[in-house]
Amino acid sequence: MKNNNSLSVLTNGILKENPVLVLVLGTCPTLATTTTVSGAIGMGLAALVVLLCSNIFISLLRKIIPETMRIPCYIVIIAGFVTVVKMLVQAFFPGLYEVLGVYLDLITVNCIILGRAEMFANKNTVVVSALDGIGMGLGFTLALGAMATVREVFGAASFAGIAIPLLEEYKIEFLTKAPGGLLVYGLLIALVYALTKGCAPVKKSFSCSGCANASTCRMGECANREKEGNN
Amino acid sequence: MNNLTKVMAAPHIHSGRYTAGIMRDVLISLLPATVAGVIIFGMRALLVIAVCLVCSIGFEAVFNLITKKSQTVSDLSAAVTGLLLALNLPANIPVWQCVVGSLFAIVVVKCLFGGIGNNLVNPAITARVFMLVAFGSLTTAAFPVDAVAGATPLAAEQMPSLMTLFLGNYGGSIGETCTAALFLGGIYLLARRVITWHIPTVFIGTVFVFSYITEGFDLVSALGFTMAGGLFIGAIFMATDYVTSPFTAWGKVIFGIGAGFLTCMIRYFGIYPEGVSFAILFMNILNPYINRLTRHKIFASGGTSL
Repeated sequence: MKNNNSLSVLTNGILKENPVLVLVLGTCPTLATTTTVSGAIGMGLAALVVLLCSNIFISLLRKIIPETMRIPCYIVIIAGFVTVVKMLVQAFFPGLYEVLGVYLDLITVNCIILGRAEMFANKNTVVVSALDGIGMGLGFTLALGAMATVREVFGAASFAGIAIPLLEEYKIEFLTKAPGGLLVYGLLIALVYALTKGCAPVKKSFSCSGCANASTCRMGECANREKEGNN
Repeated sequence: MNNLTKVMAAPHIHSGRYTAGIMRDVLISLLPATVAGVIIFGMRALLVIAVCLVCSIGFEAVFNLITKKSQTVSDLSAAVTGLLLALNLPANIPVWQCVVGSLFAIVVVKCLFGGIGNNLVNPAITARVFMLVAFGSLTTAAFPVDAVAGATPLAAEQMPSLMTLFLGNYGGSIGETCTAALFLGGIYLLARRVITWHIPTVFIGTVFVFSYITEGFDLVSALGFTMAGGLFIGAIFMATDYVTSPFTAWGKVIFGIGAGFLTCMIRYFGIYPEGVSFAILFMNILNPYINRLTRHKIFASGGTSL
């Protein structure tokens, strides 16, 4: 791997390879939990913990897990950590547990976690994978936080449950609903695209063999065209 | 260098028409409806129109400045968007909502997609739909100054008389009520060849035929159904937007039929009393496909075009 610089692994996830806003993974929890800032941050941190633990474990076991059976193995590992996190949240943060509801369980099938296992943890050492987990988790949390801030401040005239008196008259409730969420999501993606000048990496390191669409996908073609364009 | 020796690619003859000229014609054609709206709904309507115009032009100028693009305010397209948006809003709408709507129309729908000519959907109609969904305030339309009518007649129990509907002295958005003024503007656009007859005629015709059948072949209520609400302003001024409507005559006919059918479907079976803006927005999205289906065959290109 070219990512020997561990600091860049850590910071990649925050903006340049932000899992939500650049790689466009984990869209479902992003839309569902960003109506309030506290729910979004809670979701982000819960996913961060699971991502960190699963990345470490999958990286440790990467030589043992057989190639053909790797997806079920990843899911078992991830589901185990999700159960732990869920029980901890239920015990210590019952309010957050109520807010997140089923989305806490759904971290198991969160594309970011499975995606990082597939793209990163199964070919990198434990320390680098842990850093990647932290970076990606922080990126997820920050993206959710930013989106929830926009939606809660302008949609419900409050921030993390604290009402903002001046905006009370001018709230756009639409933003707290699903279509408004998609709108804010699109605008944030556009903003990040503008900030990174569209130089987000095309993910070619994702192994094609396990993909159900591999026979119809023309990823190689795209990659070639990309290369020609760059030259 | 001598102009005669310049080498240029075809076409060599310019029609003499520029975007700004066409947009100026659209603005002129909207003048009767604007005046009628101000007379019917009073000075508050003028305020809404002014806010939308100033904000639309301002946002476009600021966006072009920030993103360092060439200034496109002088082509008047932002002014047309602003005026159309204002005419589609009720006169009693809060001013800050007008500002948000203009921001959405210009920045989100138009500029972020690449400015004039690159927008997927009509900015004014999309902003109207956005405001309808976001604020819900458009469903409770304004009262005319000297009448007691309430919301849009499509939601009312009793339809106003045909004469009232024609002159526009009833509740609704600023520019949509006075059918006579809209008709006048449409004639001007046709005479100046800014638009062709296809979309407005087919659109309005489809709605008329559909409601004539549904209303039990009652001519008066079918006419009332056609003239009430935003059908005329939508069919004449919004559905004919160059960027978001088909190029070919058959494409325009398909566009008109689709929009008319969807309008009736939403009016009769939907939860909103008015469906023109949704119908146009939907057909805007289908526009690339209509264009592809109705593309002219290149002469002698053989049977396998497309």
